[in-house]
Amino acid sequence: MTATSFTPVASLAGGALIGFAAVLLMWATGRIAGVSGIAARLFPPYEDRELAGRVAFVAGLIAAPLLVRLATGSWPAQVIEAGTAVLVVAGLLVGFGSVWGSGCTSGHGVCGLSRLSARSLVATATFMATGIATVFVLRHWS
Amino acid sequence: MAVLIQFAIGLIFGLGLILSGMSNPAKVLNFLDVGGIAAGTWDASLMFVMGGAVAVTFVGFSRVLKLARPFFADRFYVPTRRDIDPRIIIGPAIFGVGWGLAGFCPGPALTALGFGSASAVIFVAAMCAGMVLARWSAHLPSLARIVAPADPLET
Repeated sequence: MTATSFTPVASLAGGALIGFAAVLLMWATGRIAGVSGIAARLFPPYEDRELAGRVAFVAGLIAAPLLVRLATGSWPAQVIEAGTAVLVVAGLLVGFGSVWGSGCTSGHGVCGLSRLSARSLVATATFMATGIATVFVLRHWS
Repeated sequence: MAVLIQFAIGLIFGLGLILSGMSNPAKVLNFLDVGGIAAGTWDASLMFVMGGAVAVTFVGFSRVLKLARPFFADRFYVPTRRDIDPRIIIGPAIFGVGWGLAGFCPGPALTALGFGSASAVIFVAAMCAGMVLARWSAHLPSLARIVAPADPLET
């Protein structure tokens, strides 16, 4: 594992930006800023005509590190230790599970909790628990 | 215009993911590693991400939802279901395992594409396949019992 440092101020500020973006999306489009829902709706079946907006939102996500690179001259910190096989399995599980459960960290964890949704509270507690359990098994049982 | 604004909102969301540390899988995994508390390697930062995001969203949503309608849409599309069905536990349980394996959830994974990371491309391709599979599998009769609406995206 790679050691990381405790960054409460930057994390709080970054979290506030994420929340601000979620509020802006609700104001603009009336939609929940759930990234799994937005990403999954990039694929058929299409239920509405809002594909262009979703593509634009995802393009904005992808552009963010490029903007940081342009502004500061260096890439933000990112360490990915998982190998190809783990990435494929993890990606399948994340994609399948987040759609099957109607949301991920942003949809349930941010937008759902702030709306005091019981379903989102259950979903958030569940993915936190299985995420913690998975890391525990990987790091402390082997 | 609406599309440009949604690009800007995605950009702000992505900058938030980067500033907060969510876009760094090592940081996410160190947060999920509660076994690291005793060893002193636990990184509690991500609690602050959730705290900051929920605080702003809680206040912001209550104000925005008092408006007659969104700026670019005819109405608000806010989920109203309150029931706890098996799907709302099974789906997140599967998602959490994947999250713990690689340290990526959907938002940071898409943002990671902009880092030019080959690992992110592999993860996102698998993630999209998983998403399509979930929507397709919801139509299988044997699974329909635990999937109330025909499409899991319907909340």
